[in-house]
Amino acid sequence: MKALELQGLEVAYGAVRALKGVSLEVYPGEVVTLLGANGAGKSTTLRAISGLVRPRAGSISFMGEPLTRLSPVQIVRRGIAHCPEGRRVFAGLSVHENLLLGASGRRDRGIGEDIQRMFGLFPILLERRNQAAGTLSGGEQQMLALARALMSRPKLLLLDEPSLGLAPLVVRSIFGTLKALKAAGTTILLVEQNVNLALELADRAYVLRTGQVALEGQAKELQGDERVARAYLGGAA
Amino acid sequence: MSDLEYVLQQLINALSIGSLYALVAVGLSIIFSLLRLTNFAHGDMMMVGAFATLFAQLAGLGFLPAVGVGILVSALAGVIIERVAYRPVRGAPDVTMLLTSVALTYILENLGILLFSSSPRNFPLPDWMNHLYSFADGRITFNNINLLTLGVTLLALLFLNWFVRRTQVGLGMRAAAEDLTAAHLVGLDVNRVIVVAFVLASAFAGVAGVLWAAQAGVVEPQMGFTPLLKAFVAAIIGGFGSIPGAIVGGFVLGALEVLIQSLPGDWGLSPYRDALVFALLIAFLLFRPGGILGVRQEVKL
Repeated sequence: MKALELQGLEVAYGAVRALKGVSLEVYPGEVVTLLGANGAGKSTTLRAISGLVRPRAGSISFMGEPLTRLSPVQIVRRGIAHCPEGRRVFAGLSVHENLLLGASGRRDRGIGEDIQRMFGLFPILLERRNQAAGTLSGGEQQMLALARALMSRPKLLLLDEPSLGLAPLVVRSIFGTLKALKAAGTTILLVEQNVNLALELADRAYVLRTGQVALEGQAKELQGDERVARAYLGGAA
Repeated sequence: MSDLEYVLQQLINALSIGSLYALVAVGLSIIFSLLRLTNFAHGDMMMVGAFATLFAQLAGLGFLPAVGVGILVSALAGVIIERVAYRPVRGAPDVTMLLTSVALTYILENLGILLFSSSPRNFPLPDWMNHLYSFADGRITFNNINLLTLGVTLLALLFLNWFVRRTQVGLGMRAAAEDLTAAHLVGLDVNRVIVVAFVLASAFAGVAGVLWAAQAGVVEPQMGFTPLLKAFVAAIIGGFGSIPGAIVGGFVLGALEVLIQSLPGDWGLSPYRDALVFALLIAFLLFRPGGILGVRQEVKL
């Protein structure tokens, strides 16, 4: 069964058509990356999946069930976590409180245990647990945003530009963590500007151009494929 | 009258009026921090609370149980206005929400006039509320209304502090106030958080309405207008959207008003009290929009 399936997804902001019929699929355990230039519709695709914007047409289904009419809260409870662009940690709240909020949709008793697990995954967060998230470095905030998303025990993780604005060394460490998550079987849909890193991590890739899928294929085959670069530059793919 | 006694008396007056402003301003700030909504109907929740208390007394309840009913009714009214008026326009441009709240306050006040007539009604108080304490041969006086106003406000603010810091819904309120989109994304039930915020804010307004009516001795449908305007000023000079800001602003405004009124009569300033207060508001908006506490004003695109 497909974990996620988009069919002919169209999204418009007022008169601006951001997505013009995007279809893609993600299978369980797969890491799929969504590439493309600024404004190609990558973030919009993720925002539509997590219910922040309502599609004008098309369908989104998750584990075989339609998502299009659900609220963001219901979508999180179905098992989709969205780690947004720009991290969006709650700056005035402590690291620990941010992690607690990541489990907002949960009612079980394993929350405390999961927080300890996150501290194991990102030891720096344990050191900073009572610090306001806004005082963390960019890399630490990205780790917190990732840990906060994982706190919902997602079946599918949506990641929007996890390397944005971070130093190369920090980016390496974040992608190291993503590799570990992948090895543990996490299903990930990754939006990323850093094409090489993304293709290195992913199993498959889609390249978006002006709201449409311009190119898709196995990540390995797309590495070094000049059609990827051309899609970025706006030429014919 | 010695200077010290005079200052003490004015201090009591300032604390009494300031705590009322703080109580109302806190509710305005909670709602604003979550929704960027200036809830003008907040003053009408005072009216609802005071009238409900009045009618509960007329129906035969004792004063304190009647106050309990009044607070419950104003909290319920808060839930209703959120559901009926504000939720449908949530996410609309700020101006739409602002106009909705102005329209709502007109509707509520006119509904009040229709149901209760516009003439003020006597607000019955038990004798103990008016019990007068007198010190220094009557040069320092205050009554139980003053004491209760200050005491109840402090209790309410302590409760709010506990609620926001120590409960799960309180944590959700702080998160949603910081970043509503991120709150949605982590799966926070934002609707529930907003309803709870309206319950709290409106219950506080109900309490303030009863205390205001007790000080004035009467209730009337438009009684919420002046305190709302003052609380709005208080919230802005303290730092709009911040709970500590609303508290600081409330007490500063109370102190300032009492100070202006207690200036020597030949200065001729006391008739201009409200004009001076609103001039101060303009000065803050122009030169220090973040208020005394310097609250960050985020512009969200």
